[in-house]
Amino acid sequence: MTSTTSLIVFGNDKKGVKLRNRAKRRDPFESALGLGGIPGIWGKVVRFVIYAVVLFIFAGPIYILLVNAFSAVPSPANVSLIPTNFTFDNFAGALNRNVFTYLGNSFIVVGFGLVLQILVSVSAAYALSRKKFPGMQLVMLLILSTMMLPEEILAIPLSLVLADVPIIHVNLIGSLVGMIVPVGAWGFSILVMTEFMKEVPIELEEAARIDGAGELRTFWNVILPLTRPGLGVITIFGFNMIWDQYMLPLLVATDSAQYTLPLALRSLRSDETLGIGVVLAGAVLALLPSLIIFLCMQKQFMAGLNSGAVKG
Amino acid sequence: MSATLEVPTARRLSSGRRPVASPAGKLKRYVMPWLFLAPALVLFIVFKFIPMIDAIRMSFYDVQPYLGDEWVGGENYAAVFSDSSFLGAIGNTVILAVGTTAGSMLIGMVLALLLEGTAKNLWVIRTAVFIPAVAAMAVVAEIWRVLMYPAASGPMNSLIGLFGFGPSEFLNSADSSMISVLIVGIWKSAPYDMMIILAGLAGVDRTLYEAAALDGAGPLRRVWSVTFPQLKGVLSILITLAAIRGLRVFTEVFLLTNGGPNGATEVLMTLIYKLGLERGELGIASAGSVVLLVATVVLTVLVRAAGRKKKGAS
Repeated sequence: MTSTTSLIVFGNDKKGVKLRNRAKRRDPFESALGLGGIPGIWGKVVRFVIYAVVLFIFAGPIYILLVNAFSAVPSPANVSLIPTNFTFDNFAGALNRNVFTYLGNSFIVVGFGLVLQILVSVSAAYALSRKKFPGMQLVMLLILSTMMLPEEILAIPLSLVLADVPIIHVNLIGSLVGMIVPVGAWGFSILVMTEFMKEVPIELEEAARIDGAGELRTFWNVILPLTRPGLGVITIFGFNMIWDQYMLPLLVATDSAQYTLPLALRSLRSDETLGIGVVLAGAVLALLPSLIIFLCMQKQFMAGLNSGAVKG
Repeated sequence: MSATLEVPTARRLSSGRRPVASPAGKLKRYVMPWLFLAPALVLFIVFKFIPMIDAIRMSFYDVQPYLGDEWVGGENYAAVFSDSSFLGAIGNTVILAVGTTAGSMLIGMVLALLLEGTAKNLWVIRTAVFIPAVAAMAVVAEIWRVLMYPAASGPMNSLIGLFGFGPSEFLNSADSSMISVLIVGIWKSAPYDMMIILAGLAGVDRTLYEAAALDGAGPLRRVWSVTFPQLKGVLSILITLAAIRGLRVFTEVFLLTNGGPNGATEVLMTLIYKLGLERGELGIASAGSVVLLVATVVLTVLVRAAGRKKKGAS
């Protein structure tokens, strides 16, 4: 029960406050284990210990990364839980090793890749959700089967295709375009968008038709604005998918000038003259964009996790 | 299309005013969907299906980029299944896939049960715990390479030293490298599983817990008899996902150990990468890819069939 509803139910007099406090005490059947329902000091202690251990294991390493990226740590043996000798030197060192070029490459790839992916997905989803046509089942099957064909498994032939794209005979190896175009079509995004578009009532589409809207206008001005939550879902999942790409940039990059930041971390690490702090600074820069976009779009992220399309 | 659907009377008029299928209208109706699908289909064909067909073709050839390819029949496959490094890599891939899947589901389940609830502080803790799942694999690998620094003074060794264990060489020793890679994999994917399971837990009827408690069931008994049966659907989704992503494991191994030491953590993808892109053995590497592809497809179909059967039974 939220505090505002309890305020309404119990009022604001002395008796009401007392009742409200009782209602605020947690319901023992709120969760499967009923941890929140354990009363008294022992409940508090048990919960505190459990949360501390869980946070230590899963958030601890992230915390260590953040703290030590700002500390003078020449070797992993110097890594500590408490910030020591606060410094920006690691980031300055990373800057000297062109980390901002790599970060820029990553942003170019994720920016163009994401826009392309969203446009391709909504367009395909429009056909799959609003139309009935012969061959639709086959197309659905093809899209599902692409989810069993990740870049990793296709690495060898994919590198040949990238070196000589069929029909147009262009070499995408050594160009950021080679990291952008292949992520343009992603089965997950298409399926999620298709589900969201199916929800738009047919009457709205018909009304638009009567008003004389053509196919593109109906798509762009009627269907798309009504599927904004779906767009949020495919934006955050698409961002993470592209930011986490490793095999594709590895196949495409021929020179460090084309490295994305995740790729560059490995070469930073293998440079013996640099301390581990510089690697950690690079890792922080590679973590922050995905962390920020996750924290900002958490609602859409959860919606995506809960949507049936995660089944892939 | 809408015209073919039964519309309520109020809508009849509007649907009746739709243009009756003229030849041009009919053509438009058949062509339009394909125009909207074209970008996706072209990209899929060029970057998914052509490479897939290429892999199958090359797996039967001795591929020599400038000399022309030579048909060798099943020789590449024979090489894959007789080569000890390939056999070792297949074994390691299966161990890692099964271990990561089982480990992250188990820990994800524990996390979900511990962190279920509507309190604000729980929401904050869940968000913090979820960060490993959104961090790029490359970031996760660098963090853990530091934590698993093999000297006695390394962070992980200092920690396990407090409990009287260690020091371990973690990723640097053939004995402990596999379990170390496994720990990193579980650490990254357990929070993801936790979120999916939490979504499943939210759908369990609260009154069932109350009823079970009235019947004298303790918390653990409630989880076993009330919660688990209702999570079957969610768990089968998680296994399907893991089946697809588990076998193709590459990035974490490539970055943590690159298959070493002495091939102790070599998986199919790191071996295929080395063979194909570093040594130019495109034919054998392709045969390895095809084996991996077939295994992925078979596993996915099997898991989906099993999931469907379970759903039908319950």
